[in-house]
Amino acid sequence: MLRYILQKLALIVPTIIGISLCAFAFVRVLPGDPILAMAGQHGVSPERYEILKEQFGYNLPIWQQYFNYIWSVLQGDFGISLSTKRPVITEFLTLFPATIELASIAMLLAVAIGIPAGVFAAVKRGSWFDQLTMGVALTGYSMPIFWWGLLLIIFFSGYLGWTPVSGRLDLMFFLRPITGFMLIDTLLYGNWPAFVSALRHLILPAVVLGTIPLAVIARQTRSAMLEVLGEDYVRTARAKGLSPRRVVNVHALRNALIPVVTTIGLQVGLLLGGAILTETIFSWPGIGKWMIDSIAKRDYVVVQSGLLLIALIVMSVNLVVDLLYAVINPRIRVQ
Amino acid sequence: MKLMKTLLAATAMLALAAGAAQAKQLVFCSEASPAHFDPGPTTGGNDFDASSRTMYNRLVEFKHGGTEVEPGLAESWDVSEDGLEYTFHLRPGVKFHTTSYFTPTRDFNADDVIFSFERQWKEDNAFYNYLEGISWDYFQGMDMPKYLKSIEKVDDLTVKITLNEPNAPMIANLGMDFASIMSKEYADQLVEAGTLELLASQPVGTGPFEFVDYQTDAVIRYAAFPDYWAGKVAIDDLIFAITTDPTVRVQKLKAGECDIMPYPSPADIADLKADTNLNVMEQEGLNIGYMSYNTTIAPMDNVEVRKALNMAINKEAIIEAVYQGAGQVAVNLIPPTMWSYNKDVKDDAYDPEAAKAALEAAGVSDLTIDLWAMPVSRPYNPNAQRVAELIQADWAAVGVTANIVSYEWTEYRTRGKLVDRPGAFQIGWTGDNGDPDNFFATLFSCSAIGVSNYSSWCDDDFEKLIQDAKTTSDQAERTKLYEQAQVVFKEQAPALTLAHSKVFMPMSKRVSGFTMDPLGIHRFDNVDVTE
Repeated sequence: MLRYILQKLALIVPTIIGISLCAFAFVRVLPGDPILAMAGQHGVSPERYEILKEQFGYNLPIWQQYFNYIWSVLQGDFGISLSTKRPVITEFLTLFPATIELASIAMLLAVAIGIPAGVFAAVKRGSWFDQLTMGVALTGYSMPIFWWGLLLIIFFSGYLGWTPVSGRLDLMFFLRPITGFMLIDTLLYGNWPAFVSALRHLILPAVVLGTIPLAVIARQTRSAMLEVLGEDYVRTARAKGLSPRRVVNVHALRNALIPVVTTIGLQVGLLLGGAILTETIFSWPGIGKWMIDSIAKRDYVVVQSGLLLIALIVMSVNLVVDLLYAVINPRIRVQ
Repeated sequence: MKLMKTLLAATAMLALAAGAAQAKQLVFCSEASPAHFDPGPTTGGNDFDASSRTMYNRLVEFKHGGTEVEPGLAESWDVSEDGLEYTFHLRPGVKFHTTSYFTPTRDFNADDVIFSFERQWKEDNAFYNYLEGISWDYFQGMDMPKYLKSIEKVDDLTVKITLNEPNAPMIANLGMDFASIMSKEYADQLVEAGTLELLASQPVGTGPFEFVDYQTDAVIRYAAFPDYWAGKVAIDDLIFAITTDPTVRVQKLKAGECDIMPYPSPADIADLKADTNLNVMEQEGLNIGYMSYNTTIAPMDNVEVRKALNMAINKEAIIEAVYQGAGQVAVNLIPPTMWSYNKDVKDDAYDPEAAKAALEAAGVSDLTIDLWAMPVSRPYNPNAQRVAELIQADWAAVGVTANIVSYEWTEYRTRGKLVDRPGAFQIGWTGDNGDPDNFFATLFSCSAIGVSNYSSWCDDDFEKLIQDAKTTSDQAERTKLYEQAQVVFKEQAPALTLAHSKVFMPMSKRVSGFTMDPLGIHRFDNVDVTE
């Protein structure tokens, strides 16, 4: 097991170097000069241009810029945002809880609905429920998030008035963040109406963000279940006279879940990607919206470090999933 | 059942809480997060809305809804005969905000004025470099270092500004956001504590609202300043709910989650106007979208050719197709909301036949022109590529071939500035300070060639008029000179004046007293709400 963990960890180092190179290069091949981009319509004088260039180290050879950057990152310095002049890491930590909160609820929704739906579809294979579920899942999977989000807002918030349009909390509540997680903070303040408001604000964005993972999980669960249900041990269990419910829940589902867990792990990366669109539509103050705004503002420092930070998080999550996988499935450890 | 009960209880508490709220609250769905709250180094309209126009004042202020200036923190001012000395008599008894992080011990005085400019001007000022990579874009951009000779304190309530050369637009510059007056006492406190950067995140001003809280990328809260020198404003709480997507802003306004919002998508305007709960105000923006001919390269060095090219273009059709009702044909370089606008100037009529004849008379045939199109959408031109295609078609009808040229935005501007750049170059301008000089001299003076005079046009008559207008401080005299400058501009046609874009401001019917501002700023000091 230890060897397995070390192997996985050793793989991370080249991945990090690769990602940092990509983030660094990506920002530099983007058209436009970062210093000119910082200046407004008046532009910047040639003297000032040189001063700024030196201040930001853009006058150095490109490889030296890269090593300087990596060296700062290793010391925990991710740079200062060009527009807000605040440390990138501070902004990231301020905004990240909002993204985690949204992504977790979306994932919870996807798992809580996706797995039972997949199981049921597999058990009732070929039934109208199966057809319907898989049809809906395919639709969900192909849904353009931006359009889907706007549609839900216009219908549920605009037309029916059931849910708030955007934001995290009704403006009548003024709570300074403690943990940054609105559901937790409102409870810490003991403000029950605010908690309800936070929950109401989460519904639509979580549904939008959870749609694609939900579809993927439902389909994956169904196919894994179908495979397992055809195995000999399931037939044996049935032959022993176990109740169908017990056969499905205990014997089949546990084994079918192994590939589903991997899928869930992979969805985390997609969730963070989807968060970019979802957060933009719902004015959700998380890192997805932060990245988009920074690209629009040509804030190269934020884009570069933000990419790196997000990649690091996705990698860590996948590492945890790999380890979990080994826990669930002992065969992996042996290989 | 238990859950149901809890929910019911929660709803009841919500209702109670809402009933208990007596304070008058205005929610503005702002379009972007401010970079920070120091109006000196920031450049975005959203930055200014969130800082200078809510929490700060300037020596002079722009009149609500206009581009003329009126007294602000200066009650009055005198200008010396030679136009070099400006003496400002400061308003007595003006208080700075008292907040959890600062308690002022004195009223506003001359030291605050001097500090507010020196921090952007003198490299030895502690605040000159107080944020990493900071630059004082507007202070530099408005050429303040070139014009300013000294700023002196005559006494506590008198400040004298001396210039190196006469510059009438100086007064308008002092009404701009970068010229907001900061508290020197607060700055000193920050220096002592070694926390200079807080000037940008914990603002203290003299303005109508004081800072309460900012939750990054989400909500800014302000409260009315009870001791505001012009009297406490009508509303108690001002909230900026940051909502970047224009369609979502519209939905929020309709759902009552905000009271007023800027920049709706053109596609939503008709729907908003039809909503009986809303008012939609509109006004031409302080901007111009235009197309510069390089007047130094044949055949466009010939004024007849330029005029013929202008006549061949159907501006109405372009505005209809590209601006979608959010634009107006530009006759002059300045928009009609600006003082000195010359109503008597007639635009070149759209007349392809006359254009063809004029080109023939000038001996021009088989003309091929580079037609430059911006790669980005700007307030003054939402889709330059589309405009270029329409102009291309119009010109083809009179026998002129246009090759559409485009580059990445900074590259585009860099290439456009080259004195030997061929062809017709689409560009535009958004006014800074409401002074006509900010359009005429910035865009078409001889000294702006290679900088922002994309026509490389230097006309003696025009230059004399605008330079005289710059050095005269008499407003009536200046108006006359600029009116003449517009006549010369139209006769010489160094550029096609295409459009002024329109700005819309939808708001709930409970909002009263809001005025649209030609400078594009959003001010809430005159606004009231009814419950």
